[in-house]
Amino acid sequence: MGKVMDFLKKLGENRVILPVLLVVGFILTLAISQFAPLEQGLQSVLRELHLNTYVIALVGINVILCASLNLVNGYMGEFSVGHAGFMSLGAYASSIVTVKLLPDMPDALFFFPVIVGGVVAALAGFLLALLSFKTRGDYLAIITLAFLMIVKSALENIPYVGGPRGMLGIPKLTTLAWAFFWAVVTIWVLRNLLYSKFGRAIAAIREDEIAANSMGVRVREAKILAFSVSAFFAGVAGALFAHLLVFATPATFGIFTSTEILVMVYLGGIGSLAGSIIGAVVYTLLSNWLLPLGTWRMVIMPLILVLLMLFRPKGIMGFRELPWFLPKREARRKDS
Amino acid sequence: MSALLEVRNVSRHFGGLKAIAECDFSVTEGHAHGIIGPNGAGKTTLFNLITGIYKPTAGEIVFAGERLDGLRPSRIALKGIGRTFQNIRLFKQLTVLENVRIAYDSQLRYSPLEALLTLPRMGRNEAESIAKSSALLEAFGLGALSDSLAGDLPYGLQRKLEIARAIALKPRLLLLDEPAAGLNSGETAALTEFLRWVRTEYKVTLLLIEHHMHLVMGLCDRITVLDFGQKIAEGTPEEIRGNKRVIEAYLGAEEE
Repeated sequence: MGKVMDFLKKLGENRVILPVLLVVGFILTLAISQFAPLEQGLQSVLRELHLNTYVIALVGINVILCASLNLVNGYMGEFSVGHAGFMSLGAYASSIVTVKLLPDMPDALFFFPVIVGGVVAALAGFLLALLSFKTRGDYLAIITLAFLMIVKSALENIPYVGGPRGMLGIPKLTTLAWAFFWAVVTIWVLRNLLYSKFGRAIAAIREDEIAANSMGVRVREAKILAFSVSAFFAGVAGALFAHLLVFATPATFGIFTSTEILVMVYLGGIGSLAGSIIGAVVYTLLSNWLLPLGTWRMVIMPLILVLLMLFRPKGIMGFRELPWFLPKREARRKDS
Repeated sequence: MSALLEVRNVSRHFGGLKAIAECDFSVTEGHAHGIIGPNGAGKTTLFNLITGIYKPTAGEIVFAGERLDGLRPSRIALKGIGRTFQNIRLFKQLTVLENVRIAYDSQLRYSPLEALLTLPRMGRNEAESIAKSSALLEAFGLGALSDSLAGDLPYGLQRKLEIARAIALKPRLLLLDEPAAGLNSGETAALTEFLRWVRTEYKVTLLLIEHHMHLVMGLCDRITVLDFGQKIAEGTPEEIRGNKRVIEAYLGAEEE
């Protein structure tokens, strides 16, 4: 038993494995996206597991959504239910670029519309942050709910983006490689933010906003940063999702989608990047495997949530982190 | 020596209640200045006015020649006023080191973009923050507890950590709200010595609210007495000890 623990500890302290895995993973996903025989091979393997490449790409997108929502709901301790709203802004803004503005854009430039989607969502996140100066907790949660409804009904009433029918004919640009790439970028940027003075400011706001203020924490700056960065990546995920699904309707991004992301966050664990990844992977795979159960799926998934809240309210990883996700200076300090 | 903090005719009303009424006093740089008074006299309200948590209804608060009233609490803190709280407000779920680092962070210079992309200047700043904060904890005798959660510390050490956290701001003025609350007389004597050390080591002016008279009389150069939101006396510990109005405020007036 001791040997296993020692091995795990060594594994955790190793700073080389993760970067190597990421490079290998990226090359692999890129190769799969480029060569049809490889993709067919992967599909047949996944079929054995009752999965497909669509679900795997969705895992990547859900990692982005879950980690970015965790920034606001976990690390900052607010309760946002508006994540699907940011997602829809990203989906629509990027689709306007690929469908209407630059229909002949080479596939390799797909990062550009995705960033446009992220920036549009981040602007909305900035506005929400301004409202968070005055309100907190339940009241802010209601504002995020209102935001979600406003975005949905606005999109339903703009003919340019198809009204209630939504945007059709979106090119399928989201490959496994892009999903993987953006998931890694999200986790990396969030880690950088969290282990900076801004990340500590966000945690201080969660713990005690008055004390944070009195310790010179620029609370407004931290809130703007948290909401904007969180919304940016929700927008990125929305852009990827629209270009995976090849359509986007206002109904796709409703309260149910927000709830799904919330479940992932609280399943994996609030205040943890590793938890966000675990939550997104477990939830996406589980809900796919339970699909054949039909209506029973809608009984089992909420039941899991109830049991989770009763027995492990902070989720699987709640406020704990794998050493791999710590910056070197923090990881080194911990074991010295 | 000049006045570091001036409270000029400050009032604060909550509805019909005058929590602070035309309060007027100043704190000399380098002094330890005590504020005493019966429960509900408005002492903590006064602290909350100075640190910007409440805005004065009337009057001015001037720190090192600059108006403070109307500024946000974080701005006031950054101008050089650190504080502790009556009922300890540590970041309980964060580590001891993180608590201190959050206050030290105001001295770090890097932008959000440098943080998101983890550019070199951020790394240098962060390394400095870890080193300086750890050194401060060592000086306070809390070094061995760096990685414990602040909320897990025993009560006395939580009080000490709160002072360390305030000192990490590098304040010129440190406000202490009942630092000896809940301590026995032996611990209070140790705290008095400790506060003397903090004052000389970090060259900080102290303004403290306290009920333990031994601490106040032993430590303070000057004392202001509040009752029902008004200043009823001010002077050196000796003057206050013999002041008739102060004795009345605490014990009630004798029947005629």
